[in-house]
Amino acid sequence: MLNPKQFAAFALMAVAATGSPAAAQLRVVATTPDLASLAREIGGSTVSATALAKPTEDPHFVDAKPSHIVTLNRADALIEGGAELELGWLPPLLENSRNAKISAGAPGRIVASQGIRMMEIPAAFDRSKGDVHAMGNPHFLIDPLNAKIIARQIASRFSQIDPKSAASYRANLARFNARLDLKVAEWQKQLAPYRGARIVTYHKDFVYFAPRFGLSIVESLEPKPGISPSPAHLASVIRKMKATNAHVILVQPFQNRRTAETVARQTGAAVLNVSQQPGARPNTGTYFDMMDNLVNTLAGALRTQ
Amino acid sequence: MKGRLIVGALFLAAPCLGLAQTPSERARRDSVARADSIAKADSIALVRELEKELGGVAADTGTAAQAPRGSGGYMNIGFTALTDAGWSTEPDVGSLQLGDHDPHVRGFTIPNAELTLDGAVDPYFKGFTSIVFKLDENGETGVELEEIYVLTSSLPHNLQLKAGQYFAEFGRQNPQHPHSWAFVDQPLVLNRMFGPDGLRGQGMRMSWLLPTSFYAEAQVGIMNSRGGTTWSFRSDESAEIHGGVPVEREVEGFGDMLIVPRIATSFDVSETQTVLVGASASFGPNNSGPSASTRVYGVDAYWKWKSATAQAGFPFLSMQGEALFRSYDAAERTSAEDPTHILPEETLKDRGAYAQLLWGIKPRIVAGIRGDWARGDDASVQTPLRADRFRLSPNFTWYPTEFSKFRVQYNYDDRTGIGTDHSLWFQFEFLLGAHAAHKF
Repeated sequence: MLNPKQFAAFALMAVAATGSPAAAQLRVVATTPDLASLAREIGGSTVSATALAKPTEDPHFVDAKPSHIVTLNRADALIEGGAELELGWLPPLLENSRNAKISAGAPGRIVASQGIRMMEIPAAFDRSKGDVHAMGNPHFLIDPLNAKIIARQIASRFSQIDPKSAASYRANLARFNARLDLKVAEWQKQLAPYRGARIVTYHKDFVYFAPRFGLSIVESLEPKPGISPSPAHLASVIRKMKATNAHVILVQPFQNRRTAETVARQTGAAVLNVSQQPGARPNTGTYFDMMDNLVNTLAGALRTQ
Repeated sequence: MKGRLIVGALFLAAPCLGLAQTPSERARRDSVARADSIAKADSIALVRELEKELGGVAADTGTAAQAPRGSGGYMNIGFTALTDAGWSTEPDVGSLQLGDHDPHVRGFTIPNAELTLDGAVDPYFKGFTSIVFKLDENGETGVELEEIYVLTSSLPHNLQLKAGQYFAEFGRQNPQHPHSWAFVDQPLVLNRMFGPDGLRGQGMRMSWLLPTSFYAEAQVGIMNSRGGTTWSFRSDESAEIHGGVPVEREVEGFGDMLIVPRIATSFDVSETQTVLVGASASFGPNNSGPSASTRVYGVDAYWKWKSATAQAGFPFLSMQGEALFRSYDAAERTSAEDPTHILPEETLKDRGAYAQLLWGIKPRIVAGIRGDWARGDDASVQTPLRADRFRLSPNFTWYPTEFSKFRVQYNYDDRTGIGTDHSLWFQFEFLLGAHAAHKF
């Protein structure tokens, strides 16, 4: 005869055997692969997380494809970067998704920028200064301590919309934080010898990363955010790189490597293929892998300078 | 290692050197100090966060400094202006460029300056308004409430209702505003079927997102069939189609309304390619007689390839095409030109198509070509609007940023019975205010 505990265990096993585990998963849609990766870290096997943007795709310029409408229509939660990162493509998708679970203000609508100490919030809205974001620079997830803040928000919201798995989300969050603490220490150690090193980026997309690891961004190849590099600006970048002894240019997959190479030829700098998105570089399926790749690539280049 | 020690020693000694530092060294020192300060502040914050976590999953954080600004207001406001300049071998440009937002004259023209307001009305509706300002050939300003509608945001069963004045969702280009067009002017076939401003009117539209694993959407709109923008139906201007004196006809029943059904589906053919196809129709009464009606059918297709590593959306290749067929039952009617002449009852059949190819060569540069074709069957009255016509339009667009564009377009135009014309148009657009999201 089964006691109540054994009976409950047996019943749970029976339900698990007959039911489809996939059907019970929380369907999470993230706008970008880095946010999807955090969702997987916190959700574990309880959630299925997909990203709308490809890892190699510029998150500012994603096509609002009809298939995305279907994905959003079935989502239990949406994680967006916010701070106008997806302003050019997400609104029409949401308008058509007809999903109250992810409407603005709903528990399933997670805006990553909330709770982040935003950088580069413009004092005045002026497009003569380029395509600046009114709510600040949206490339904040590249700072691992911001990943921690976002992970906590994700765990909180997942627990709210799926209370039965709250303990699991909490445990996953603790595990994520513990691992991240170790990795942050490791990444700090790797880059410690190069504190104060000057780097150049294509877009203003490493402004959260650089101060975290004691690096200094001397210039961007774009003269202003979203404005294509002009020869005059590149000439000034070259002068500045020579004057400040900057030897590294970071380029993401969707940025113009040839422009960076032109500058590199004049300055002897190394052009590094890096990405802020898991999956864009080989063997970088998770946020940790992506950060490992970024730190290793950067440390390797700075070491050889 | 030795080198690193020397650098480290120098670095530690740097603050003592004081005035001996160069500006770049001082900047570097400041940068490192700033980084240390941030790291220290964050580590304190981190300890507090971890303390909170020990007590459970903490509530979401949010500070006053991160309160939405600008885009977080009650309403997004955008203002787009399209200006044209150009020349044509046809002196009467209006007979060549039939669209309401086409360039109307040789020289300069501002056919479209559009003020858009949109935002959430409340938790249940989203509102959109588009007010168009235009300057005519005499420099007189006209104002038009082009669209004003609400859209539901929380209907069950994947339904969505739109109500107000809006562009009918017929095909691909009809619902698009002129600043989204890839060419200076409107395709000939859309002009022929729906008039200079497209098919637009007051009514409501229900849409259903089908519960399929792929995108499929069915829509049906019911609109007033009368007005200047219901060209093939009870528009006052539709005499240009049937050649007779328009007959006044009041709305007495459902059959006097304009019905616009549409179905569309889309597939991601690969990681980089997407296809969208649709079929549309519009049925309603026309004013050639007391019980005459019109049927317009259309199919549309759009294909786009965009590189997986596209920079600012480039490079890309896209093809778009639409084909339309109209069956216009013209009743026995009095000729508009000669009141003593009675035109016979007949069915006027028109058809046409356009196809356009766009190549986003490199960031912010697009080359395009469009072929236009339209023809109408013989009828008892010949009108220029139903004459056979072919047009070929290569163009080139440069977008300095997302908020402005320069376009140059050449039109080779062949009108049966009139001959060929050559036109060259320049267009400039600027956008102020809210960033316009791009639909697929």
